[in-house]
Amino acid sequence: MTRLPRWADLVLVPLISLLLAAIFSAIVLLAIGQSPMEAMKVMVEGAVGSPYAWGYTLYYATSFIFTGLAVTVAFHGSLFNIGGEGQAQLGGLGVALVCLSINWPHWALALPAAMIGAALFGAAWAAIPAYLQAKRGSHIVITTIMFNYIASALMIYLLVNVLRPAGQMDPASANFPEGTALPTLHEIPGLSLIFTKQVPANVTFFIALICAYLVWVLLWRTRLGYEIRAFGKSEKAAAYAGISPFRIIMVAMLISGGLSGLMAINNVMGESGRLLQNASEGAGFIGIAVALMGRNHPVGVILAAILFGFLFQGGAELGLWTSIPIELRTVVQGLVILFTGALDQMVRMMLGLVFRPSLAKGAA
Amino acid sequence: MDYDTLLQILGASIRFGTPLLLACLAGLYSERAGIFDIGLEGKMLMAAMSTGAVAAITGSVWIGLLAGIAGSLAFALVHGMASITFRGNQLISGVALNFVASGITVLIAQALFRQGGRTPPLSGEGRFNPITLPFAEALSSVPLFGPFYAKVLSGHVILVYVAFLLVPLTWWVLYRTRFGLRLRAVGENPASVDTAGVSVVRLRFSAVIITGVLCGLAGAYMSAGLQAGFGREMTAGRGYIALAALIFAKWRPWAALWATMLFGFLSALSLRPDVISNTIGIDIPGPALDALPYVLTVLALAGFVGRAIPPRAGGEPYVKER
Repeated sequence: MTRLPRWADLVLVPLISLLLAAIFSAIVLLAIGQSPMEAMKVMVEGAVGSPYAWGYTLYYATSFIFTGLAVTVAFHGSLFNIGGEGQAQLGGLGVALVCLSINWPHWALALPAAMIGAALFGAAWAAIPAYLQAKRGSHIVITTIMFNYIASALMIYLLVNVLRPAGQMDPASANFPEGTALPTLHEIPGLSLIFTKQVPANVTFFIALICAYLVWVLLWRTRLGYEIRAFGKSEKAAAYAGISPFRIIMVAMLISGGLSGLMAINNVMGESGRLLQNASEGAGFIGIAVALMGRNHPVGVILAAILFGFLFQGGAELGLWTSIPIELRTVVQGLVILFTGALDQMVRMMLGLVFRPSLAKGAA
Repeated sequence: MDYDTLLQILGASIRFGTPLLLACLAGLYSERAGIFDIGLEGKMLMAAMSTGAVAAITGSVWIGLLAGIAGSLAFALVHGMASITFRGNQLISGVALNFVASGITVLIAQALFRQGGRTPPLSGEGRFNPITLPFAEALSSVPLFGPFYAKVLSGHVILVYVAFLLVPLTWWVLYRTRFGLRLRAVGENPASVDTAGVSVVRLRFSAVIITGVLCGLAGAYMSAGLQAGFGREMTAGRGYIALAALIFAKWRPWAALWATMLFGFLSALSLRPDVISNTIGIDIPGPALDALPYVLTVLALAGFVGRAIPPRAGGEPYVKER
């Protein structure tokens, strides 16, 4: 197989994978008797056509940046964390407990405390699978899947039996105090000139960007990040170099779980203002697609998260304005994961055929 | 708990355990050949929708069953292509296919029937009907065994008996045939199989195809046996529970039977909270029972129930030459 130039591998492969996913999505739409062009128009208009639409797209993107970064950190340590969903749900529990604990006077005080709660609970939910992987060799993929289900059962129990205020029917916690409401982009001075209507995107978006920068620093500018990546490349070599596998697995998974948990400040604290059942809405799983699409780099993750924010918001618009079911976005998401994550080798082989003659010319 | 209630719960355990058993055996072939399959869930869902849709249109459950197997096979082949031909990441491929299945089943059902992503209710020849085993009437007067035979063993749809027969068949194929020996070998050490002149690719593809067919049966049972028609996300994580059962059973057919029936028993119990609180005197919350299969699997994985060691070459693509 021809080795691809670096730029082709970094840019062309994801773009072509994306294109393939788009083509197959269009085929699906044609097969169910819908017009792909029409669908695209509705999606573009509803997701990026106005500042109001961007307010939704960026809101979803914020959650996906967190979960995408979570998958990325674990991936660099060759750990496939499918448990983002459960960790995000537990993060929501952490946020709810913090927000309901005292009557917070101002969001600037509540936010750091809620972030700690979210990260701690998310990390704690990742800790058990991490420990079992490190000490017992139980496959982390399976244990994190199991923990997703255990998390959702636990959340149902807590919301129905413990957190639900007396006299309320739906399984949800009480409303958080006023002082915990995070400013949305509409309420931030300066940005309110652009976002003239109330939108769900809030200050958490900037926290997500800071987290992305910190993850980059961690992975490529610190000793710990080097150790994680070395462990991910070769466990044996890393162990020989004195890196403790137990420590790396635990630390990488705790950071990963903490990042997943942190997304809860966006949806639970920033948007709904109370803890709902299934608050994370699959964002933990979308993190897998985001990390794959973003080639496990924070910059890529941000771009991919915005792309998936577009898909998520656009898909919702489709469900609202057309007869195309909202489930289309699940199909597109699956196709993107399939082409970028599992069939990437196929794309490389195809590109290899294209690049072969030009390389031969260059050699001659 | 009286004997009659026990029989009811055991009968329900078999009904709930059967799709798990079929999916678990499906996963067993694939994983024994070294192909991890997280996508059992998606294949079951696809088969459930195809069966529900085609059985509703044609009115024949058998044509529906064939459609279900075809739908599941299509997904299995994509998984095979991704993980065998293009040496992609098997876990990611499985996760991706689950997403695709979760969405596309609703899209197709909605496009065909416009009933909010469900298929029309099946009846008569459109679904599998219960079979009364011979002598069920005659034996019912025999104490203890009679009612057990009539209420627990008899009165299920044909796929339940097929699933039970597949257990010894799988055991025989795996441990008593040349194909089975090679299948197990290719999951442990594909290079040795290759050296012996047997095609790794062909073996693995046959395993993936068997997985597709069995998941097809599991899905068809869901929409035309257990229930009458397809509804969105109707498999509700059963593919993952089957995966859990497979690990719990340490990738062995007879143990798979016991594990899936245990998990089926737990599902049957969670529908009867009154029985639990009457029997042991404390209320166990429903979610706790729902979570029990997952907790048990984690315990099994952690090595508290004996060590669960997966096939050694599982999840790794085989590269013939460098």
